[in-house]
Amino acid sequence: MPVIEVRDGAVALSGRPVLRGIDLRVERGEFVALMGANGSGKSTLVRALTGLRPLSRGGITLFGTPLEDFHEWHRIGFVPQRSGAASGVPASVREVVSSGRLTRRRLLRPLGAADRRAIDDAIELVGLGARARDGVSTLSGGQQQRVLIARALAGDPELFFLDEPTAGVDLPNQKVLTDALAALKERGASIVLVAHELGPLATLVERAVVMRDGRVAYDGPPIPDHVVHEPWLGEAHGHHHHARHESSYARDHAPHVRSPLEGRP
Amino acid sequence: MTPVELFSEPFMQRALLAALFTGLAAPVIGTYLVQRRLALMGDGLGHVAVTGVAVGLLTGYSPTWTAVVVAILGAIAIEVVRERGNTNGDVALALLFYGGLAGGVLLTGLGGRRAAELQQYLFGSITTISDGDVVVTLVLAALVVVVGVGLSPQLFAVAQDPEFARVAGLRVRFYNLVVAVLAAVTVTVAMRTVGLLLVSALMVVPVATSQQLTRSFRATLVAAMVLGTLASVGGLVISAFASYQATVAPGPTIVLLSLAGFVVTWPVGVWLRHRARLRRPFADEAPDEHTVSDHDHDHGPGCGHVAVPHDDHVDYVHDGHRHAPHGTHYDEH
Ligand SMILES: Nc1ncnc2c1ncn2[C@@H]1O[C@H](COP(=O)(O)OP(=O)(O)OP(=O)(O)O)[C@@H](O)[C@H]1O
Ligand SMILES: [Mg+2]
Ligand SMILES: [Zn+2]
Ligand SMILES: [Zn+2]
Ligand SMILES: [Zn+2]
Ligand SMILES: [Zn+2]
Repeated sequence: MPVIEVRDGAVALSGRPVLRGIDLRVERGEFVALMGANGSGKSTLVRALTGLRPLSRGGITLFGTPLEDFHEWHRIGFVPQRSGAASGVPASVREVVSSGRLTRRRLLRPLGAADRRAIDDAIELVGLGARARDGVSTLSGGQQQRVLIARALAGDPELFFLDEPTAGVDLPNQKVLTDALAALKERGASIVLVAHELGPLATLVERAVVMRDGRVAYDGPPIPDHVVHEPWLGEAHGHHHHARHESSYARDHAPHVRSPLEGRP
Repeated sequence: MTPVELFSEPFMQRALLAALFTGLAAPVIGTYLVQRRLALMGDGLGHVAVTGVAVGLLTGYSPTWTAVVVAILGAIAIEVVRERGNTNGDVALALLFYGGLAGGVLLTGLGGRRAAELQQYLFGSITTISDGDVVVTLVLAALVVVVGVGLSPQLFAVAQDPEFARVAGLRVRFYNLVVAVLAAVTVTVAMRTVGLLLVSALMVVPVATSQQLTRSFRATLVAAMVLGTLASVGGLVISAFASYQATVAPGPTIVLLSLAGFVVTWPVGVWLRHRARLRRPFADEAPDEHTVSDHDHDHGPGCGHVAVPHDDHVDYVHDGHRHAPHGTHYDEH
């Protein structure tokens, strides 16, 4: 049973079609990188998969249950695209991370020992142990991003959506996150990760899905970051072009240098 | 009348009880409003509730209850406008506010009531509060405190990041409505204490004061409740004593006392934040170079220089650079 299944999914935002004809299956334990240019619909797809954006067509099932009937939210972890963790009232790192544990807490019950341990572990994992009691608004942008990652980790999810979790995060901490995700994967968790540059995470990625103009343009083995923007990727008869370029890629790296600009409409 | 006699009067004891509970409850919901950056929502609901009071005066029902109903309707309307994410949301809110105030004054006139009667709801008249009103105030205030504190993990998460909260399985719309309805209830609870036009002050000012000193949400919430209670009871007591000399209304006294608390705390907050920035541990790694300069004393606790933890040692900040102890001397970095 796949953990995610999308059939002919489409999403319209303010009446404008943004995603079309999405067919996607993610199996248990898979690590999928979702790539594509700015505005290609990656975040919209993640939002549709997490139930934040309704489909205008087609259907989604999570863990075999149609999204409309899905209630086991403790199995889902979500790191939204950089939203900042600050608000109008001070909030400590620990408090923000604790809200990730709400999926597993009952109403009106205090935090149990297991909850506390999960929260502490998550904070420790992203290297913010010394700052746990500080206000999130006093942290740097990259540190705030790590708080959001810890918040998702605290819930011990089986299916993890991360929307550009490493944007603004330095290399040592990207490596730490990579180790954390590797450990999750070891336990059988499935991961959908949006990224422009995979960095150290590339070692974990087993499959790349490239979006272009709201469609899935490529779905297959991992490809180098810059190839994502190649104009031939996902064109009609793409297989022929793909094959040709794959071989030229192997022989000669140079043509790809100019590619990032050409990928845009 | 001596002060002892004054405070043993039943009307004064009712007033003290009402002030205590209002001061405790108003900042609870104020904290959530400030967190959502809706600090003025209490003010808006206060205006809407004016129409509610006028409806009560016109129809002969208890103005407290008609105000609760109309304020809740107003709160739901505001929540709907907010949820639509309309860019003109604040304009729509403004229309609602002024409509509420104008409607209230108009209705009062239509009913042939004198403006003075509306006045006691606009600016509060805690000393004329009846037994029945005290009971209603206590029950509603207790409801606000129990729900606001009991559901604080959920309400915090929803206001902090609504989308994350939804993916965590929380019913965001439900919790938003809870906050809106509690805000409406708070407004009517505080109506008799400080009046509809000043109600927002008692909800928001204690929060603004407490967040000068706190780093966490929970601490902010608790401190705001303490400050609100102090201001509310303190303001009532001050106005009672002052009334020996002149006419001093409790409502404005409570609000001014609360504001005075903010004015006193603000410089402390500025200083605390400044100090926190100075003492934040240096994140970069200690360099290995070895540069020495003369020092007229050994740095240590209480030497007068700011001590900042840095990796495995403590730096002392002085003359724009950091001194790290190394053997018998100090390195500069
Ligand atoms: N609320 C909205 N209303 C209307 N259109 C939207 C809305 N949000 C996004 N869009 C449009 O949907 C398209 C896809 O946006 P999306 O945020 O999914 O892109 P993305 O692939 O995540 O880009 P990025 O790399 O910048 O994060 C864009 O063309 C954008 O203009
Ligand atoms: Mg995006
Ligand atoms: Zn010194
Ligand atoms: Zn040092
Ligand atoms: Zn020196
Ligand atoms: Zn030295």
